[in-house]
Amino acid sequence: MYKKLGNTRCFALIAAVFLILAMPALAEEAGAINSGDTAWVLVSAALVMLMTPALGLFYGGMVRKKNVLAIIMQSFIILALISIQWVLFGYSLAFGPDTGRGLIGGLEWLGLNGVGAPPNPDYAATIPASVFMIFQMMFAVITPALITGAFADRMKFSTMMVFSVLWATLVYDPVAHWVWGMGGWIRTLGALDFAGGTVVHITAGVSAFAAAIIIGRRLGIGKENMAPHNVTMTITGGALLWFGWFGFNAGSALAANGLAASAFIVTNTAAAAAALTWTIVSWAHGGKPNAVGIVTGAVAGLVAITPASGFVGPVPAIIIGIGAGIFCYFAMHLRSRKTNVDDSLDVMACHGVGGTWGAIATGIFASIAVNSAGADGLIYGNAGLVVKQLIAIVAVMAYSLIGTTIILKVLDATMGLRVKDEEEIEGLDISQHGEKAYL
Amino acid sequence: MKKIEAIIRPEKLGEIKTALATAGFIGLTTFEVKGRGRQKGIMLSYRTSEYRVDLLPKTKIELVVDDKDFEKVVGIICDIGKTGNMGDGKIFILPVEEVIRVRTCEKGTGAI
Repeated sequence: MYKKLGNTRCFALIAAVFLILAMPALAEEAGAINSGDTAWVLVSAALVMLMTPALGLFYGGMVRKKNVLAIIMQSFIILALISIQWVLFGYSLAFGPDTGRGLIGGLEWLGLNGVGAPPNPDYAATIPASVFMIFQMMFAVITPALITGAFADRMKFSTMMVFSVLWATLVYDPVAHWVWGMGGWIRTLGALDFAGGTVVHITAGVSAFAAAIIIGRRLGIGKENMAPHNVTMTITGGALLWFGWFGFNAGSALAANGLAASAFIVTNTAAAAAALTWTIVSWAHGGKPNAVGIVTGAVAGLVAITPASGFVGPVPAIIIGIGAGIFCYFAMHLRSRKTNVDDSLDVMACHGVGGTWGAIATGIFASIAVNSAGADGLIYGNAGLVVKQLIAIVAVMAYSLIGTTIILKVLDATMGLRVKDEEEIEGLDISQHGEKAYL
Repeated sequence: MKKIEAIIRPEKLGEIKTALATAGFIGLTTFEVKGRGRQKGIMLSYRTSEYRVDLLPKTKIELVVDDKDFEKVVGIICDIGKTGNMGDGKIFILPVEEVIRVRTCEKGTGAI
């Protein structure tokens, strides 16, 4: 005869058995996921998210008063649109299992199916796959938002919404796949882009330039006063962008470690060098050192260091910042003096030229000593990396140009790109949004 | 009765108001205006462009005074408002046909 186990002891025994059986799985998950890495990447995702409204402010201060809400609204609506697009299919297209030729991911992860707490070691072995996804989302959000600067003050809101989703799906997602996706052909080629010099800045810059050409110049340009209506707003946006960029670059280390620290440091260094360079160059070029200049210079430096941030040390970062300050400054002047392209907020000069310089500089200054998962650049004897960078740059530029042109031409024929003249004169805030920023 | 329209530097308004009140001239109206005179404005720059801002902010004061008082008021405004630099402003004197106080509907110099 045996004594029957009481109910409580029965449950306790069953629970203990389950716990013991589950131990290996828990231990595996607990052992693989690093809480420091996860915390840092989550915070970085939040930092990069902030950069999109910050961009709205940065741009907003530079447009005329009657158009400020429109450009801020564009950033916000893109944040909302791409947040959903990414979850539904964007992430799958960009980072999902390659469909064969390294051109695009599949739809296995539609609705984030299969993207959960377990890490995906192809991308980041110590953080949940979902954390990698949400971090990448914020890059997919800000990239189309950058383009809004080129067609400021004259783009139809409805068409802009459709454009942003189409562009994100047909241009951003494939290029992200090429450069960062598992099996992506540029990743396989061995070109380096730590945090998005090519994926974010070159695509946005070139696409913006194409958009500015297709949409046409603002009414009254050259005759009317189109000076910034609120420089303090622009500075606020710029400050938040610099702050958020620590998440953009250092977060791309996908770990809370020495590489993240190094990326953080070179990000700040390049921003500072570029801000100083722009200030000095604009001062020497016949003006006075001004606030819009210093913050634009800082942004140019941040753009340029983006692809290099996980591969170079602080001294090359200074050189990269100085280069950005010079190249982007003169690109801006070239655009306004020698072309009649009204890239209104100089997206191409800052992001296109800055990103290109940064990608080439990565090919020059990258060092295995900084990041063993990278490569050595030109100054360490490896000329091949610069070649790979150039291939990536040219391919992405061409694709962005063609893709954007096709999308815009189709939208122009169907929905119309530009507001009516009287709507543009009245101002987008009233004509597109029925709102006044300042009563 | 005369109306005095004085365009002055905005930063001089406080002092002039105080001096007028001390001299017994309480009622006045102010406007924020922009204007261009021989000062020729200032040059500002933004990224790749420079532009001249030749409409500068000024303040306009309007007050209506009895004929016997207007020289005194003009004197106060000029003494305080002038800095000796271009952009100090201008004063215009206009004749006034009638003055009515809304509260009581009374007319004439007593209504000023």
